[in-house]
Amino acid sequence: MRINYAGVDAFLLDMSEGAFQDAIQARIWGLEQLLTDMPEIQTVILGANNLLVTYDCERHQASAIRQMLQTAWEQAGSAHITPRELVIPVTYGGLEGEDLPFVAKTTGLSESEVVALHTGTPYRVAMVGFSPGFGYLTGVPQPLAIPRRNTPRVHVEQKSVCLGGGFTAVTPSPGPSGWHVLGKAHCPDLFDAGANTPCLLKAGDIVRFVSA
Amino acid sequence: MLEVLTNAPLNTVQDLGRPESISYGVACGGAMDCNAFTLGNILVGNSPDAAGLEIVFFPFKIRFQQDCVFAITGAPAKVRLDAVPLPSCWSMMARAGQTLVMEAPEKGMRSYLTVAGGLDVPRVLGGRATDIKGGFGGFEGRGLQKGDLLPCGKSTTCSMPTNGLGLAALPQLPHKNGLELHVLPAAEYEEFTQESQACLVQQQWRITTQANRVGFRLEGDTSLQTRRPLSLLSHGLLPGTVQVPPSGQPIIQMADANTCGGYPKIGIIAEPDLSLLSQMPPGGLVTFRMITHEQALTRFRAHRQHLRQLAEQIDAAKAYILTQ
Repeated sequence: MRINYAGVDAFLLDMSEGAFQDAIQARIWGLEQLLTDMPEIQTVILGANNLLVTYDCERHQASAIRQMLQTAWEQAGSAHITPRELVIPVTYGGLEGEDLPFVAKTTGLSESEVVALHTGTPYRVAMVGFSPGFGYLTGVPQPLAIPRRNTPRVHVEQKSVCLGGGFTAVTPSPGPSGWHVLGKAHCPDLFDAGANTPCLLKAGDIVRFVSA
Repeated sequence: MLEVLTNAPLNTVQDLGRPESISYGVACGGAMDCNAFTLGNILVGNSPDAAGLEIVFFPFKIRFQQDCVFAITGAPAKVRLDAVPLPSCWSMMARAGQTLVMEAPEKGMRSYLTVAGGLDVPRVLGGRATDIKGGFGGFEGRGLQKGDLLPCGKSTTCSMPTNGLGLAALPQLPHKNGLELHVLPAAEYEEFTQESQACLVQQQWRITTQANRVGFRLEGDTSLQTRRPLSLLSHGLLPGTVQVPPSGQPIIQMADANTCGGYPKIGIIAEPDLSLLSQMPPGGLVTFRMITHEQALTRFRAHRQHLRQLAEQIDAAKAYILTQ
């Protein structure tokens, strides 16, 4: 694990070893559970094979926090999560999935093969972040792990099913995006600021896509 | 109640943000110049996290619909209460029916209006700040419009000398051609070429027109490069982080930054510098100076200590004046 400052009151813990690994992420979920119970830690932000923490730097020494984080990582086992499983119907292609032809061309597959691959495997929510309720889904089949668009789109609709940089996701809100849009999800809102549980997705959840 | 008399979609209700909700992907948010904002709350006797207004669009007018102790801090807007001009960084009692007019400041970008008791808008996800992108928090999740009625909270300590009070030594705003930002090395600092590390601190950086609550894009003559192409996995991102996208021109993340990103990070800017930066206009020039974490911590703690001392002095001054 590499520890770097991420602020005067923050550390970034980087556990990545090359490409994203599910086993590392499961242990990071375990670490998150440990850290959330520690009074010294203010905020925990999950990343992909990394994690950021903030603490009160007027009360605590950086060296003590660093040591505590090191020890916590050594103790952290894989998180005990009983995953929820969500099945999300998707309309692939067409106007609401305008990058499906591009993804097919790039991967050398037919559009229906891309859809078959994308629907043929369960995904896990590695973390929620970037924008409210945005869940990074891991487990993308290797042929679909293509880089992001060279030029981001200025506008992508809400609930677009996207693919980019080895992750797939459903966009919670409209906005710019550098990911490839495969289709439109038919699911409840992914974020509701007024709800007790604001995010539909939680780290560890299992998501399956089915063709609508 | 405060009645808004001007359409001003970029003027928003802010507080110190909602750091505890970052793990939902929600921006930290809050006042961009949290130093000036905190000072405003101190002047009216509020707790630091009470909600007030961030004003970036002028002229801006409000009418007080109740007697109310208020303060104006931040960029020194030209302020009149009815016909009476007020000094910068001033607090006083407004009577019901009086109108406050704020004209554009000559220096600085953001002024703050705080009221005793704070603006009583609902707490959403732990904060009262407006999240414009998300459309929640603040007043109906949006910037202010003519006719909005902003409720004021109950205030316990709204005693105030008749002509009000302010600070004898006004907080200094940065000069538009010379803000020095102290920066501590971030995770990928060592991945940048020696030339780029030198360039970061040696050349002047111009603030582009893409400078807003989300981030400040900078441009310099020479762009910054890493030794080898880096492909980073997405990681948590805090306001103050200096990212370097493939263009080599840095972006400083501000209050409404996305909570995750993947560009290499060359440095981190902490308070009080981030507050100063928020007052810099597009076209303004900044330089960077590397400091150690220990030095950054010393600056941060001194800044916090200064605010605490100000709060004590203002309380003492009020108590003294009111007994005379």
